[in-house]
Amino acid sequence: MFESKSGVLLIAGLFFFALAFVSNAVVPMVMYRHLPEKTALQVVNGNVRYQFEDLARRYPEPFKQAFGSPPAGEAEEQAWWNEKCAEALKVGRKVYVGEGCWHCHSQFIRPVSNEDRRWGPVSRTEEYQNELQRPVMFGTRRVGPDLCREGGRRSNDWHAVHFFEPKRLSVGSPMPEYPWLFEGSPEKPNLKGLALMTYVQWLGSWLECYPDHEQYEESPTKALTLTEAK
Amino acid sequence: MSTEAVPQQLPEHKDLVIEQLVIWYFLAALAYLIISMLGGFLMALQLVDHNPLRGIEVLSPGRWRMIHTNAIAYGFLANAFLGALHWVVPRLTLRQVASRALSYFTFAAWQVVVLSTAVGIMLGEAQGLEWGETPTWIDPLAQLGLLLVAINFLTPIVQTRGPMYVTLWYFTAAFIWTFLTYAMGNFVPEYFVSGTSAGAVGGLFIHDLVGLFVTPLGWGLMYFFVPILLQKPIWSHGLSLVGFWGLAFFYPLTGIHHFLYTPIPMFLQHGAVISTIAVEMVVLTVIINFFGTLVGTGQAFMKNLPIRWFYTGMVYYFLTCLQCAMQTTMTFQALIHFSDWVVGHAHLVMFGVFSMWLQGIMTYLFPRLFKHEWYSKTLCEWHYWLSAIGLLVMATDLTLAGVFQGYWWASLQPWEVSTEGSFPFWMVRIYAGLAMFIGQIIFVYNICMTWQLSRRAAVPATIAA
Ligand code: HEC
Repeated sequence: MFESKSGVLLIAGLFFFALAFVSNAVVPMVMYRHLPEKTALQVVNGNVRYQFEDLARRYPEPFKQAFGSPPAGEAEEQAWWNEKCAEALKVGRKVYVGEGCWHCHSQFIRPVSNEDRRWGPVSRTEEYQNELQRPVMFGTRRVGPDLCREGGRRSNDWHAVHFFEPKRLSVGSPMPEYPWLFEGSPEKPNLKGLALMTYVQWLGSWLECYPDHEQYEESPTKALTLTEAK
Repeated sequence: MSTEAVPQQLPEHKDLVIEQLVIWYFLAALAYLIISMLGGFLMALQLVDHNPLRGIEVLSPGRWRMIHTNAIAYGFLANAFLGALHWVVPRLTLRQVASRALSYFTFAAWQVVVLSTAVGIMLGEAQGLEWGETPTWIDPLAQLGLLLVAINFLTPIVQTRGPMYVTLWYFTAAFIWTFLTYAMGNFVPEYFVSGTSAGAVGGLFIHDLVGLFVTPLGWGLMYFFVPILLQKPIWSHGLSLVGFWGLAFFYPLTGIHHFLYTPIPMFLQHGAVISTIAVEMVVLTVIINFFGTLVGTGQAFMKNLPIRWFYTGMVYYFLTCLQCAMQTTMTFQALIHFSDWVVGHAHLVMFGVFSMWLQGIMTYLFPRLFKHEWYSKTLCEWHYWLSAIGLLVMATDLTLAGVFQGYWWASLQPWEVSTEGSFPFWMVRIYAGLAMFIGQIIFVYNICMTWQLSRRAAVPATIAA
């Protein structure tokens, strides 16, 4: 059996492969079957809608070119915003994948290495059960920081300038620039640029603790003693 | 098999092996290797802030990083393996491949797959699956190519009688596994499951691509070439059995170790860790087997260049596995996951082991294919030393960088501390990479010169005939 064709073909080739697939892939699928996959439209929430409308206010012309204008009528308008926001999330995700952002940025917070203190609550399965995580964007390398709690941490214009030329905001940043997401200047993001900003602002927008900020401020007493010392 | 074959005339080499195709495959492989290294170089320059091509869309470092890894897997490794397989399988089974036309067709089809992958990624069409970034519209074609390859080689293998030689166990299984792995990784997480389960499948895919496509083909080739070059049988048949069946059972179970501490159920993560350590044990038996074979003919390591390539690769294999047995534990993962340690590990395996083996095979086969000695043995030595030392420096450097990065992150210092601190390591990596790159250029130059010499030698012969 161990050296025969049928042994190698059927047992090693097919059976062991199937065994691994069942135990390592089918088991989690079965375990999470009660968490149905949400569509992009279902994951649009108030927070990301706010950021999306903020884009429309900040960049009225580029926004109009990319997404058009909302229809008249209260209900139609609401539906329109939600749909366009979902569309932006999908395009944004495509840009995120195509540019290889996920090879420099991860999207999960581990319960070790002080990560929850740096970025916010540890990631949970429910957060990933949606269309925008197909395939999932866990990532494998962090040259830049984790992004799954990025939503709301920075403003849209910060992101625009940062994507246009990271060095303008972050001295010596090794992150590449993405001028093709804009029409020549950070004030004129194109469809891809607007969509990518929406996507980044969406990350973590579903959490109660949104937006999750790092606490960078110095304590006021310390600053006081420093000035006195001078 | 031998008792049957003796009364008949053994088939001749020229009827078995399509030498021209072997050459084509090898040259295609080297072309992609160079392209891939250029991509890696671009990303390395970006990290140390010296990218001369910034702001150009199709040359974005993020895109070229994906071309770098994909060109190695599907351009370099797959082509070089296919070339070697076209030499080894017919000679081992004493039968031609199923169809020569099919061989030529798959060659062309595979280059279409690789080139369109590169173009697709350059245009920002990548698929969000690590090492499977092949745009989704190419996946079916690649899948078909893998099927044809399997049919072409499995036909002669199935026609042999009696028990198979070790090499063929590995090859047979690898053809099935590669086909299944590609299908699983490229279709399941894209179309059927999302989230955590997709992560589990993605982990299986990355790891199966190493463990069930590259590794078995690599070891199969070693089991073929090492005994031929040393002119003696493999030391222990028992250990060969342990090695193959251990790999077949444990390797597919380890994929989730790429995503430890994710929301994937913890017991699956622990299972993957344990299987990984089991794989290390298995690998150890294989390495012991090969060093057992070397005993008594150790001088070959000095004098025989292909053997030196092979055994250097095996030493690096041992180091890789040592590294892996540590990094797969939860303790190490907490520190080094996401860091350059992992990048160092990947280079140690893909360049230090499998590329070394394939370079050794090419060093051995090119003179036989061209029917002419190497143009320069000295250049062959340079190729070896630049590759071997460059890789060692790069892997050590990145592994160390990973430990530092892990501590910088865990100590909650501002993010720039980790990128600025990595700068010296990233500098060293560039020079190590350059050494490896120059080694390959020298090799290609040597091949060109050898080819010219062989043509010059052949011309009078054809005129005379
Ligand atoms: C070469 C690796 C690399 C690539 C590729 C990359 N980044 Fe970055 N990114 C970094 C680094 C390093 C930083 C930290 C320094 C800085 O702020 O620029 C960063 C910072 C960021 C930040 C700011 C995080 C914060 O709040 O401080 C965002 C948002 C971001 N990147 C998004 C992206 C997106 C979206 C892409 C793809 C279009 C991308 N990055 C591609 C390396 C990269």
